[in-house]
Amino acid sequence: MSKDNQILEEFTSKEYEHGWSVDMEVDEAPPGLNEEIIKWISAKKEEPQWLLDWRLKAFKTWSEMTEPEWANVTYPKIDLQALRYYSAPKKSKKPKSLDEIDPELLQIYERLGISLNEQKKLQGIAVDAVLDSVSVGTTFKETLSKLGIIFCSFSEAVKEHPELVKQYLGSVVPMTDNYYAALNSAVFSDGSFCFIPAGVRCPMELSTYFRINAANTGQFERTLIVAEDSSYVSYLEGCTAPQRDENQLHAAVVEIYAAKNAEVKYSTVQNWFPGDKNGKGGIYNFVTKRGICAGDNSKISWTQVETGSAVTWKYPSCILKGDNSVGEFYSVAVTNNYQQADTGTKMIHIGKNTKSRIVSKGISAGKSQNSYRGQVQVMKRATNARNFSQCDSLLMGDRCGAHTFPYIDIQNSSAKVEHEATTSKIGEDQLFYCNQRGISTEDAVALIVNGYAKEVLNQLPMEFAVEAQKLLALTLEGSVG
Amino acid sequence: MKTIQINKATEQFLQVQPSHTSFSELRKAGLEILEHVGLPHFKEEEYKFTAISKKIEQQIKDYRPATSLTLTADQVDQALFNGFEGDIVVFNNGKFEPSLSKVSNEGYTLSSLQESSSSLLGSIANAEADPFVALNNLFFENGVSIKVLKGSQVQKPIFILHFNQAQGGQAIHSRVLIEVEEQAEVTLLENTISLDQDVYFSNTVTEVKVGSNAHAHYYRLQNENRQAIVANNFVTDIHRSATFTTVATQLSGDMLRNNLSLNLLDAGCEGNMYGLYLLNGKTHVDNHTNVDHTKPHADSNELYKGILADSSRGVFNGKIFVRQDAQKTNAFQQNNNILLSEDAIINTKPQLEIWADDVKCSHGCTTGQLDEEALFYLQARGIGKDQARGLLLYAFAGEVLDHIAYEPFKAYCIEMVQERLGTQF
Repeated sequence: MSKDNQILEEFTSKEYEHGWSVDMEVDEAPPGLNEEIIKWISAKKEEPQWLLDWRLKAFKTWSEMTEPEWANVTYPKIDLQALRYYSAPKKSKKPKSLDEIDPELLQIYERLGISLNEQKKLQGIAVDAVLDSVSVGTTFKETLSKLGIIFCSFSEAVKEHPELVKQYLGSVVPMTDNYYAALNSAVFSDGSFCFIPAGVRCPMELSTYFRINAANTGQFERTLIVAEDSSYVSYLEGCTAPQRDENQLHAAVVEIYAAKNAEVKYSTVQNWFPGDKNGKGGIYNFVTKRGICAGDNSKISWTQVETGSAVTWKYPSCILKGDNSVGEFYSVAVTNNYQQADTGTKMIHIGKNTKSRIVSKGISAGKSQNSYRGQVQVMKRATNARNFSQCDSLLMGDRCGAHTFPYIDIQNSSAKVEHEATTSKIGEDQLFYCNQRGISTEDAVALIVNGYAKEVLNQLPMEFAVEAQKLLALTLEGSVG
Repeated sequence: MKTIQINKATEQFLQVQPSHTSFSELRKAGLEILEHVGLPHFKEEEYKFTAISKKIEQQIKDYRPATSLTLTADQVDQALFNGFEGDIVVFNNGKFEPSLSKVSNEGYTLSSLQESSSSLLGSIANAEADPFVALNNLFFENGVSIKVLKGSQVQKPIFILHFNQAQGGQAIHSRVLIEVEEQAEVTLLENTISLDQDVYFSNTVTEVKVGSNAHAHYYRLQNENRQAIVANNFVTDIHRSATFTTVATQLSGDMLRNNLSLNLLDAGCEGNMYGLYLLNGKTHVDNHTNVDHTKPHADSNELYKGILADSSRGVFNGKIFVRQDAQKTNAFQQNNNILLSEDAIINTKPQLEIWADDVKCSHGCTTGQLDEEALFYLQARGIGKDQARGLLLYAFAGEVLDHIAYEPFKAYCIEMVQERLGTQF
């Protein structure tokens, strides 16, 4: 008991030591949100008229909506009129070498196993052109374009592939979808666009490329992934490295379109500033992510490791429209101190013989609240739909909470739907067993937590699985009892 | 939310009521809630799939209690089942009917609510938690208060029997208060008889207090007519080392909404909830259960099973709260459903909210069909397909009925279930 408490105390008193910020001169919009600002953003980004019209329509929709309050989270309301909606890095005063970076941070990178060049990139250090990463980046780009794969920033896609963007933008997450999706539609700054042509199997994890090359895309990020017939892509967003961000509100939208026989694997690792141990500060992460398995035999798989943010509100979903399509959701959500996470998924079975699988592992420590909220819906014509859901919670300490809100709505008698949930804690006997065998309590906790989350971590691309494991250990360091 | 237009009717109603202080307080508070909140709209989370208020507004013209019927002793006798031996408490359109009741007062005392003036009345069921409790507070006329005396083991069950028939779509508000004192034990049964096939709105509230070391068993059958609209609130406070078990069997009605709450108020107590809903036609049954673990070392078990045919709809919402102090809690919840028809719908939401770390909690939920292989196995052994299906469904349902410890009532429920499985499925 006391040992547990002591360890807990140590963990919960640990501050987020990885935050840092870099001063940059930026090209900023004045604070506030109105049609003028949206026109200003659109002009700044030299967007075509149709996109501006789309944004304005979204803004109109948004202004008629009210902020949702159903999530199991509490936070002071954000004054959306006080935010700046455009802020692009203009000229950077960047650190010249890693020597100028906080050594403690470097240590973290080291322990996460992030390569030197990536470290530099993450820190915004100008990487010399001869250095590997850029040449690697260029090589990647060549390889990809040879296959016909388009992978670029959203603004670039708007300029160079307007027909594709026009066709798919808002097709999965309509601008009217919810409050934050509408807001994002109105003011999105940038993001990524990815198009895999028919029959192409993307030869690499787009993650690698992304991590090295994508610039900071701001707080209203928009990602659109289109996989044509029989194509395959694996995409990773975010990274295990701690991210300090001055924007308190992040409202991103991710849309995935999978055509016949296509497969998209989307992995997220999120480690944004969670606020200090008193729950002050931290990022609000209100994200709308949805994929549609539009064609037969298509598959979308979401994997997420959520360790950061003060408030997370995120439900990556799959619309299983094509016959025999498959949706998957694997999640590990860790909350500590005063963090709050309300996350889960929606699986909408529309096509015949559709299958979905949900594995959600929540870990709550400190005074945090961790909720799973999910929906499995089997529509009337979705014969032989199959779903398996498992949501487990691990509680560390007696001040935290774990909640599950699964909605299961079935309108077809041939559906087979299973849901199970358990709650447990790390037993003293388990720790004792490890201690006895010479494993320190901290390592034992990491071991047990990793074992607990393994089913999800296994779904991550290999190198990230390794990093994510270390990240879990690090987040729960000194920590969990 | 829609506030209901009851002011004028209420005034008339309240004018003719005997001035009884505890009632008038309840009525006043009930009226206030209804004026502010109104009946629940289906857009509210708690009533998401059950638009009961809309149905009531369309079909019920008057919220005031329906007038009493002329009941005979024969009708009461007919409502009993084989092997029943015990006391009978008759409700006539929501009002206690002492002349037809059979009350031995052996080990317990029974009085009408107007006589009893128990301070417990209205203290267990929270009118703010559900507007239908407020509605009952406002309109109930005379229910019963049963007090099982300290240390007494009531051998024979007490059968609460409702007779409902509301000419012209009236409302029926029955009210039961049960107090099981320390170390006492009692078994209660409940059934509702619809005397005709006409629509009525039955809004019942049952409050139960199970004292320290006491044991209470409550078995109920809901087999009302095809037009009945039912809102039922059942709230139990369970005290130290006490146990409470309830088994509900739901077979018929138009729309049934059951709110069942168990408050585990002290260490060592145990709450068990079992339910079986066997639906056909257009019956809509909504079971909202709520277990609140507030103190350490308490256990709860829940098993709800449903078989849905035709265009019936089942809604299940099981909440388990484990509060911060409730360490060493064991809470288990299971909901299984079988859909037999293309038009049947099930909406289920097993909800677990936990603030304590040293607990064992789990919930499971499945929806599916009969196992084809099991069906084949039986058919291969010469059992006809229909019979085999009936057998398998009965086996599925039987798991719930097994928890009824009073054999004659169990046999009665089994008979009803078998009849349904034989004829309808």
